[in-house]
Amino acid sequence: MTTQLNPNSNPRSEKKVKCVVWDLDNTVWNGVLLEHDQVTLREGVIDIIKTLDSRGILQSIASKNEFDPAMAKLQAFGLAEYFLYPQINWNSKAQNIETIAKQLNIGIDTFAFIDDQAFEREEVSFSQPQVLCIDAADLHTMLDLPPLNPKFITEDSAKRRWMYLSDMNRQQVEDSFVGPKEEFLATLNMVFTLSRAKEEDLKRAEELTVRTNQLNTTGYTYSYDELNQFRQSDQHLLFIAGLDDKYGTYGKIGLLLIECDKEVWTIKLLLMSCRVMSRGVGTVMINHLRNEARNKGVRLRAEFISNDRNRMMYMTYKFNHFKEVEKVYDRVILENDLSLVQPFPGYLTVRIE
Amino acid sequence: MTTTDILEKTKSFLAQFISVQVGNDDDLFASGLVNSLFAMQLVLFVEKEFGVKVENDDLDYDNFRTLNAIVGFIQRKMK
Repeated sequence: MTTQLNPNSNPRSEKKVKCVVWDLDNTVWNGVLLEHDQVTLREGVIDIIKTLDSRGILQSIASKNEFDPAMAKLQAFGLAEYFLYPQINWNSKAQNIETIAKQLNIGIDTFAFIDDQAFEREEVSFSQPQVLCIDAADLHTMLDLPPLNPKFITEDSAKRRWMYLSDMNRQQVEDSFVGPKEEFLATLNMVFTLSRAKEEDLKRAEELTVRTNQLNTTGYTYSYDELNQFRQSDQHLLFIAGLDDKYGTYGKIGLLLIECDKEVWTIKLLLMSCRVMSRGVGTVMINHLRNEARNKGVRLRAEFISNDRNRMMYMTYKFNHFKEVEKVYDRVILENDLSLVQPFPGYLTVRIE
Repeated sequence: MTTTDILEKTKSFLAQFISVQVGNDDDLFASGLVNSLFAMQLVLFVEKEFGVKVENDDLDYDNFRTLNAIVGFIQRKMK
């Protein structure tokens, strides 16, 4: 494709897709379900859905249909479990895609939408220009599209759909739970693990730097090789964090890179997956570093670069005893007062390895 | 909006997180009643409920440490 020659010509072509939203009639199956209930699957569609799933790309549905018969048909084809938050209704598809993005808590600019009708694709493009629209006639070549080919497929990618399914269960229980938030969190039996990154963690670490915008303090992205150097360097500490609870594993969900000088440790990067928002794990990572810095007798600093979505991380720093000390263009330097550190929250078991 | 209105709304928000009674001048953070996760939810509550913008410079424990401090902060921002 010519757009590949100049990566600046079309920013959309570079962005990796995290979720593909499917139309049903004449896209997943041949024919219109409400007209004939004996529809047949389009050739190769099962393979495509399974391949996308194994690449860690989530899938959902935006279809103008009656919900129950369409879901029953997907069940009969053995496909229902592949689709998260399916939107089968008579609303605009642009609006349905927005709903899915909100439910999954991922950016609309990481969506692709496949439909046989130009009208639907244009309606989506009109209100959501960042969504990659694919004509269902190109079904058989879609797996070759660069945005649908993640650079790495990690152990976490292949499990991604299951992790989101556990999230749906957690959310349902959380919504129906009456009482303080911490009491709910305590019912999850969460175990948080923070360990020095090993070589086998690096692909996932790189994936996290690329995929995570919202809960990311600086947005620095590092290649596999750079991360591998940090891992082995005396001047750096690279930690990877994992979280599990009674519903299953969240996988590796956080990354922490520290530059270590004789007198000052600087947090270059602190990020975590949006799936663990409101679990308090950012604070746990910072508390661990505050303890370590106190023990080692070094000062603790952190860099922060604001994008329009990572304010949550600024708050995390500010409410964990960091204060701004310096500002260089868009980069803010904060320093911790290293006052007495509160113990880890009671609702979480913390393992430092 | 009166001081009492702001205080009552903030109190009922706090009640979702804290099961014990807190006095208007009790330090919410020192007592270990709440953590930094709560602090962020509190900021979002203040912005949404009272329609004020909490700037980066306002993100300071002193503005959120006690019920009275929170009410005072909201009143300053609403002016």
